[in-house]
Amino acid sequence: MNFVISRRRMLGALAGALGWIASQPVAKASKATVQKLLAGSPAPKGYDPTQHKWLMCIDVDRCIGCGLCVDACKTENHVPEASSFFRTWVERYIIKKPADGGNDVRGEVLVDSPNGGRGGFQPSLVPREEILRSFFVPKLCNLCEHSPCAQACPVGATFDSPDGAVLVDPTYCIGCGFCIQACPYGCRFMNPHTKTAEKCSLCYHRITRGLKPACVEVCPGHARIFGDLKNPVENDPIQEFVRKNKVFTLKPHLGTDPRVLYANMDKEVR
Amino acid sequence: MDPALTPILEAAGEAHQLATSIEGYVYPNEQNLLWSVLIVVYPYITGLVAGAFIMASLVRVFNVKALTPVYRMALLTALGFLICAPLPLLFHLGHPERSYQVMITPHVSSPMAMFGFVYAWYMMAVLLLELWCEYRRDLVVWSVRERGLKGLLYRVLTLGVRDLSPAALHLDERMSKIITVIGIPSAFLLHGYVGFIFGSIKANPWWGNVLMPVIFIFSAVVSGIALCVVLYKELCWFRRKVVDAACYDDMGKFLFYALLVDFTVEGLDWLHRLYAAEESIFVLKQLAGGRLFNTLLVIQLCLGTLLPLVALGATQMVPEKLPVWFRQRIYYNSAVLILAGVLAMRWNVVIGGQLFSKSLRGFTTFKLGLAGQEGWLLAVGLIVLPFIVLGVLIWLFLPDDTKATETVTTPAAG
Repeated sequence: MNFVISRRRMLGALAGALGWIASQPVAKASKATVQKLLAGSPAPKGYDPTQHKWLMCIDVDRCIGCGLCVDACKTENHVPEASSFFRTWVERYIIKKPADGGNDVRGEVLVDSPNGGRGGFQPSLVPREEILRSFFVPKLCNLCEHSPCAQACPVGATFDSPDGAVLVDPTYCIGCGFCIQACPYGCRFMNPHTKTAEKCSLCYHRITRGLKPACVEVCPGHARIFGDLKNPVENDPIQEFVRKNKVFTLKPHLGTDPRVLYANMDKEVR
Repeated sequence: MDPALTPILEAAGEAHQLATSIEGYVYPNEQNLLWSVLIVVYPYITGLVAGAFIMASLVRVFNVKALTPVYRMALLTALGFLICAPLPLLFHLGHPERSYQVMITPHVSSPMAMFGFVYAWYMMAVLLLELWCEYRRDLVVWSVRERGLKGLLYRVLTLGVRDLSPAALHLDERMSKIITVIGIPSAFLLHGYVGFIFGSIKANPWWGNVLMPVIFIFSAVVSGIALCVVLYKELCWFRRKVVDAACYDDMGKFLFYALLVDFTVEGLDWLHRLYAAEESIFVLKQLAGGRLFNTLLVIQLCLGTLLPLVALGATQMVPEKLPVWFRQRIYYNSAVLILAGVLAMRWNVVIGGQLFSKSLRGFTTFKLGLAGQEGWLLAVGLIVLPFIVLGVLIWLFLPDDTKATETVTTPAAG
């Protein structure tokens, strides 16, 4: 028998196959959403992310640049030792005096963060009499309300948790690095061992068990203030911080709406 | 030595090495470039696909009859390069084995997640379908004539549709034209999407720009036409055939106008940046005049754009004063320069965008390794691979006996 396939039938079959392929993502995406709610985070069983809203505040004037926070973070989260991988780091700003008779009120701005500030800072090579102002700025994931990293992740491995943390599921990350490019604050890196994107998780395994993040725990100057907006405690440090200070966020023009708030920050900080 | 000290000493050594290659201040996590040469190759190859398809569509949709001799070659070029386009992305991933997740659990807000769909649409609904309609008659004829594996392949590719009645052939032609009409926005989508991947990154002032997809589209069109100009001449040389002068003149003409538009759009981009002079402009100016001086100003602008623009412009302004062989040489050499220029453009976007810190306070350095996942050996291999694939496609579907300068295709009446 001569078996003839008409073009109409052929194209119909092709369209059917394409339709089947196209329907797969919807089904799988729904499944993944459910899975993500139930798994993929280091939170203990019984932890309900909808009942918390975590917030971090930084008082720039209280940071002494000791770098203990950086060290604690590296140890607590097994961050690779090399000096190009940090979940949190400390920057030192040195603003020099302007030239005599010049038009500027401030001189050159020097910024450094040797080894992320881990182990503290060596005295600056700039002579003391040339320095107008000097201060330290701790940096970490800015917990953006509109996080560009989560928006950019092609598979949803990075996601916004209802409690305000922006998390990465390392078992799902494909290691494309798009989120790292999308982060305006340089808070992400590609872990050379796991080949997945990594960032500050607010020590999610700790905060979901009622502990503070490691960096907050060890900060001797109380420069890092951490709290839960949905469960304020007596004399809540977060509420006090926002009441007493004018607060700023980093790069507000990008519309990311960071939830890490800075007090006493200088315009030079980006 | 205490083994516990080893990682600390290693870190210190690395810090010293990085410090010597860094100028100003960069965020610690930005010291090493994340996207390397493979991500340079990826938009380059994709651009060549889109450009080659646009070249082919000039025949089908815009009825440029003089270009008929290169119609099939342009389509096969688009296919050969499209087959290889995902490879650089795949090799670059930290977990290539999870890459299928992009297709089955795409995160719809991510432009990168659209890759699978845009690619599949372009490959399946546009290019393969168009090639099938274009080639169906020949496939039936060849499947009868050829024996062995080649014959079997042609038989399979007919997909069982062996009707060669005039009505069926007419339908082929009509469908082919409709698909090409759909194909033009699809080709723009394919490469505009690649531009969007960069243009949507608001964190990076070098990338985050509404003009980026448009720039990518036009540079793609230019590079695709340039590639066809080179390939056509090489194919004629290889087969000892004479280059169709009218066809080559038209290719040169379209190459010139495409380059002119591309140059204008990129110029507009720079004009806008310089005039708006946002906070990033100082670091971008330093980048252009410093670390990207050779690739941006010398290769991309002077050698890859201005020189071909002047040379091709001369062939358009005073064609009668230039002999045919000289004009053809200008087209060929300009196309080679343009191809180098567009590759440099991809480099400048991808690598340049990571050479400065998002703190806008400093620069890092990029050293291209020889071997490894992001080495230049692999990158060269990935650029050469599409040419090998194209060679096979030409051997299969553009046999010498049909003559490279002729085709059975009759362009549909406009």
